[in-house]
Amino acid sequence: MTLQSIQQFLIGSGQLTAADWLSLFTHFLVLSLLAVGGAITTVSDMQRFVVRDQHWLTDAQFTASVALAQAAPGPNVLFVAVIGFNVGGLAGVLATMSGTLLPSTTLALMATRWGDRNRESRGLRAFTTGMAPLTIGLLLSTGWVLLEPTRAHWISSGLLVLATITLMLRTRLSPLWAISAGAVAGVMGWV
Amino acid sequence: MTDEDTPRKPQSPGEMFSVFTRLALQGFGGVLPVAQRALVDRERWLNHEQFLELLSVSQVLPGPNIVNMALILGDRHFGWRGALAASTGVLLAPLVLVLMLAMLAQRFSNQPIVADALRGMGVAASGLVLSTSLRLAGGMQRNALGITGCIVFVVLTVLAVAFLRWPLAAVVLGLGLVAIGVAWYRLPP
Repeated sequence: MTLQSIQQFLIGSGQLTAADWLSLFTHFLVLSLLAVGGAITTVSDMQRFVVRDQHWLTDAQFTASVALAQAAPGPNVLFVAVIGFNVGGLAGVLATMSGTLLPSTTLALMATRWGDRNRESRGLRAFTTGMAPLTIGLLLSTGWVLLEPTRAHWISSGLLVLATITLMLRTRLSPLWAISAGAVAGVMGWV
Repeated sequence: MTDEDTPRKPQSPGEMFSVFTRLALQGFGGVLPVAQRALVDRERWLNHEQFLELLSVSQVLPGPNIVNMALILGDRHFGWRGALAASTGVLLAPLVLVLMLAMLAQRFSNQPIVADALRGMGVAASGLVLSTSLRLAGGMQRNALGITGCIVFVVLTVLAVAFLRWPLAAVVLGLGLVAIGVAWYRLPP
């Protein structure tokens, strides 16, 4: 292992300043509190920050980070760790994961008892009812933004997206099959 | 929840750690279905109804549902030690695995075959997320906002987030508050 590969592993390419690390952490911290439908609903905003504003990753690297996490077992939220790793190695994982988990963890531990008692209250029902369509809209946006690198081949990627949706809604096959099919389609040069 | 309703109780934070590690490693594309099988059927720490209650509380809270669930269940049995054990159980082993994958991908990303495979996987990943949104859309019929109201909010969200690329905070706080307000007005007290 060279010194450079060790550095890559620990802090990434070394392009981030102290202010950058802080903004990486705080951006994911804020998104964590907005992630009512799960972290995957905030992907559009992560992409806007990491790719469009800061240029830390390309569109292709960003989408690959999310795809890679979906190919592995475990909670979906781990795509946040992969984005962090590709931006800034292990330190990046620490920044994005602690930003994502700290607020929600604190809130979960404080609010459980309150939520247990007030599950039927009108306020909480209004919250879940009102946020439901936003969650759907945010997931549709996530799907759209993830297609950023492959939109030039919109016919073949569109077909692969439709096939994946059909597989997930009509069969009980594991999502791993869809991801594998995607990998094959990529290697064959279809998308 | 009283103790009599629960057929079995976890013996130690260590047991919670290993049960949550095992269920997390079995979940591809989401751990919740596996969690139900493990916690209700195999370990019998919760009955079906308790599981659904825990799920609905976990969903209202921000943050990953399965992590919230581990935190709450761990906290119930062993306080902060249980919360720590269950939540690290759900995260740690899968985190190490996915980072190893990410390292491999980084190392071989200059190989065209790896880049091509990742690009194709990205398209499938988009399809997976879209299928979740369609599954959730089935619930719009029962939503108090009505099907038209729901569609209006879905379209406005997509427009603002995916096309206008507005900051998420503005959309969730602005549009979200309006949606919650309308829902409040429409729901029975």
